[in-house]
Amino acid sequence: MRRSDLGEFEEVVLLAVAALSPKAYSVMIAEELERETGNSVSTGAVHAALQRLEQKGYLTSQLGEATAERGGRRKRLFTVTALGGRVLSDVRAVRNRLWDRIIPNIRLEWS
Amino acid sequence: MNPRPIEPPRWATHLLHLFLPDHRAEELEGDLNELFQQRIHEVGVAQARWRYVRDVASLLRPSLIKREQYDYHRPTNTTMLRNYFKVAFRNLTKYKGYSAINIAGLATGMAVALLIGLWVWNEFAYNKGYANYDRIALVMQNQTFDDGVKTWTGQAMQLGPELKSSYGSHFKYVATAEYPGNHLLMLGTKKITSIGNFMEPDITEMLALKMLKGTRSGLTDPSSILLSETTAKSLFGDTDPLNKTITLDKKWAVKVTGVYADLPANSTFQELTFIAPFALKKKDLPEWLGWGNSWFQTFVQIADNTTMETVSVAIKDAKLNKVKNSDDARFKPVVFLLPMSRWHLYSEFKEGINVGGQIQYVRLFSLIGFFVLLLACINFMNLSTARSEKRAREVGVRKAIGSVRQQIMLQFFSESLLIVCISFVLALLFVVLCLPAFNAVANRHIAMPWSNPLFWIVAIGFSLFTSFIAGSYPAIYLSSFQPVKVLKGTFRVGRFAALPRKVLVVIQFTVSITLIIGTLIVFQQIEFAKNRPVGYSRANLVSIPIRSDALITRFATFRDELLNTGVIEEVAATDSPVTNTGVTNSGFDWRGKIPNSADEFVTLRVTHEFGKMVNWQIKEGRDFSKEFTTDSTGFVLNEAAVAYMGLKKPIGEIVKWGDQSFKVIGVVKNLITQSPYDPVRQTIFVINYKRLNLITFKINPTKSASEALAKVETIYKRYDPDNSFDYKFVDQEYAKKFGEEERIGKLASFFAILAIFISCLGLFGLASFVMEQRTKEIGIRKVMGASVSNLWQLLSKDFVLLVIISLFIAIPATWYYMQNWVQQYTYHTEISWWIFALSGFGALLITLLTVSFQSVKAALMNPIKSLRSE
Repeated sequence: MRRSDLGEFEEVVLLAVAALSPKAYSVMIAEELERETGNSVSTGAVHAALQRLEQKGYLTSQLGEATAERGGRRKRLFTVTALGGRVLSDVRAVRNRLWDRIIPNIRLEWS
Repeated sequence: MNPRPIEPPRWATHLLHLFLPDHRAEELEGDLNELFQQRIHEVGVAQARWRYVRDVASLLRPSLIKREQYDYHRPTNTTMLRNYFKVAFRNLTKYKGYSAINIAGLATGMAVALLIGLWVWNEFAYNKGYANYDRIALVMQNQTFDDGVKTWTGQAMQLGPELKSSYGSHFKYVATAEYPGNHLLMLGTKKITSIGNFMEPDITEMLALKMLKGTRSGLTDPSSILLSETTAKSLFGDTDPLNKTITLDKKWAVKVTGVYADLPANSTFQELTFIAPFALKKKDLPEWLGWGNSWFQTFVQIADNTTMETVSVAIKDAKLNKVKNSDDARFKPVVFLLPMSRWHLYSEFKEGINVGGQIQYVRLFSLIGFFVLLLACINFMNLSTARSEKRAREVGVRKAIGSVRQQIMLQFFSESLLIVCISFVLALLFVVLCLPAFNAVANRHIAMPWSNPLFWIVAIGFSLFTSFIAGSYPAIYLSSFQPVKVLKGTFRVGRFAALPRKVLVVIQFTVSITLIIGTLIVFQQIEFAKNRPVGYSRANLVSIPIRSDALITRFATFRDELLNTGVIEEVAATDSPVTNTGVTNSGFDWRGKIPNSADEFVTLRVTHEFGKMVNWQIKEGRDFSKEFTTDSTGFVLNEAAVAYMGLKKPIGEIVKWGDQSFKVIGVVKNLITQSPYDPVRQTIFVINYKRLNLITFKINPTKSASEALAKVETIYKRYDPDNSFDYKFVDQEYAKKFGEEERIGKLASFFAILAIFISCLGLFGLASFVMEQRTKEIGIRKVMGASVSNLWQLLSKDFVLLVIISLFIAIPATWYYMQNWVQQYTYHTEISWWIFALSGFGALLITLLTVSFQSVKAALMNPIKSLRSE
């Protein structure tokens, strides 16, 4: 199997795109991430991540409609591609398998 | 109505657009705007602005800035550049004549600039081969005589030790030395004569000799010798010279204690093929040598923590303190240092002040080189702009298709770069071909520094610079055309469009005429000095140095033998060559002398027949004669000496020299024995048969010189079998006095001719363009009845006017500067009007010839041909 080249931040961004689909665009993604993680997320970081993901073929984009609040500028809407979806479920599968192997007692001690 | 929305900081948005590709900037700006509007409500305007800026900063990351090529197809720069070069090449080959003129002119200019650059570089590199270059100095002295301050390189042999003992803290090394000369080296029966010097051991450290064998300290042994690699090789071949004994000048047996790598070329000591200890020579020197005998050189290397200036000031009175109680105090000797960096370029002194020297010529030629290159660049500019009308359409079409001005400029710059590259290659070729001839004239050994990276950096920089200068005017001018006008055909070059071109032509001709006039004046000055009455005849005189004592002790028999051959008319001996009297003496006393004044005379020790041989002209009294035994205490003075001493009736006057009395027996007309540009100095001729250094003889003019020399040589060999027979023709030695000026004159005239050549090339090209433009006009004029001579006048008038303007600028400027130049010679020519008239006339003539070729051609053209088309 090909080694997954998905960084942690990229994975979160990719997940956010999937969750917000079909209205996922950068501002909304950043807001969503801030809300979910509680940390501030810079626009630049989100953009860079989106661009990388698009280059890797996990995302596609098209330009959406212009709105007044954006000063008449169009937004770029992102959707997860089939490849992106497969990578996400691969990653999730790996994690799940590892989670399942943790002995229940240890898990109790953490919380 | 909505209130006007609050805007985010505009500069930040600009920044975004400046750095990010267009397609992304739009989308990102939208994002940021949205966030901004939200934040105004959430956190207030100020905070929102601040966050906006921060977001912009966070977006300016390399991964986002990178412009992607697949989004928009951008025409690559190389495609366009290739197109520029293609068009340039097509233009070159289409107008072959103009291209040839352009390239030839530029190549000549560059070659001249290159040659001069190499020469200047070589001049500045002089002596730089020594490791202690900036620490070494020669000790000089200024002495005040009645007729001014004289600067000498010579020092007393006592000065070196005195500097060491009393001023030791200022110096690292001090070395007294003789003046270099020819000496005889013998190994068994093998003899070679080579240039060497007697120097104190410190010199080896000072010059940081690279020892191939032995050590630098080898010279401390008083009967040792250090040989250069070349000398060692020619004397010993492949055998090891170390610790072998050789004979020096047949006097001293010396042991070879070291072999040093040949000293750097292009330096003061380049010819030093051996160094012998000064101690060896010192034993042979007369005991009476004192502080007054400045016969030696003193080299020093200053201490590491001090500067030339401080040391120079500190040792100022080193000699004066020692001669306080003697006669020499009158001359107020001031000792100072001349740093090695100034030996070559700043070696001339006037009234004790450094007045430059060779540096003058370096400056002069740098200026000439710059001007010649400028002329070539002007040519290029003029020809390009003159062709502008032809290329106006091209510029129009390019602009209409979408070229912006910068691209057009780039095109013309690349075009000029192409021409410059071609010219540069040609110039290099030209320089390589010219270098041997140039070296011969300039008396240098300059090689092309092919392997020097600096040379290439400079050469490439120089080409870029030239193409920038040469291409700037066409690039700016041509790119400013408006496409609408050009393509519609209403484009007309304005009345003043040709003005800059005319100004450039005037500059060109001003420079050329200045160079021509300057050169003519240099030659006039040389000619003037050559025509000065010399006061003696130099024809058929040959001199040989005395290197063997036998020639002095048996001079009379030697003379008789020579006379007996029948090919020699007269023989005499002197202590310095008559063409270059270097010995001066002071301490004379005569009736009417101002007490304690600092007198100085040139003295020439001669044998009785000297006057007869050189055919001097007796003005009063009589020549030396063997019939009067008292003549051994007789003086013959020159006119200058009589005037200097203020004698009314010189004959019979008694002159005291030290404690000896001499009687003046004759006065001769002035003999030029020193610089032909300076007044003749007061000179005393005195009989002496001991202190003689060279023999001069006069060959019978009816006999052949080579036959006579062969006969003299056989006799000479009997007296001095070891040394080679080196003879010099006195008239050639005299001619050498003009060598420097003649060399400058030759080089300057060469460059002046090139300058005028380049200017004419430019004019030729320009004229042909003007004629081409006016073809129709000429056709109509001819149809209307204009004659050929009318047309010729009309067409040539413009150019002649330009040359006349340049004449009016060049003549006063040259007159002013050359007047200054000529003034520096005491004996100088008056700058005569005919030089200006001649060069003005010449310039006009050349212009007319150049232009007429084109204008006559245009005037003779059949009007039917020129009017038929359209």
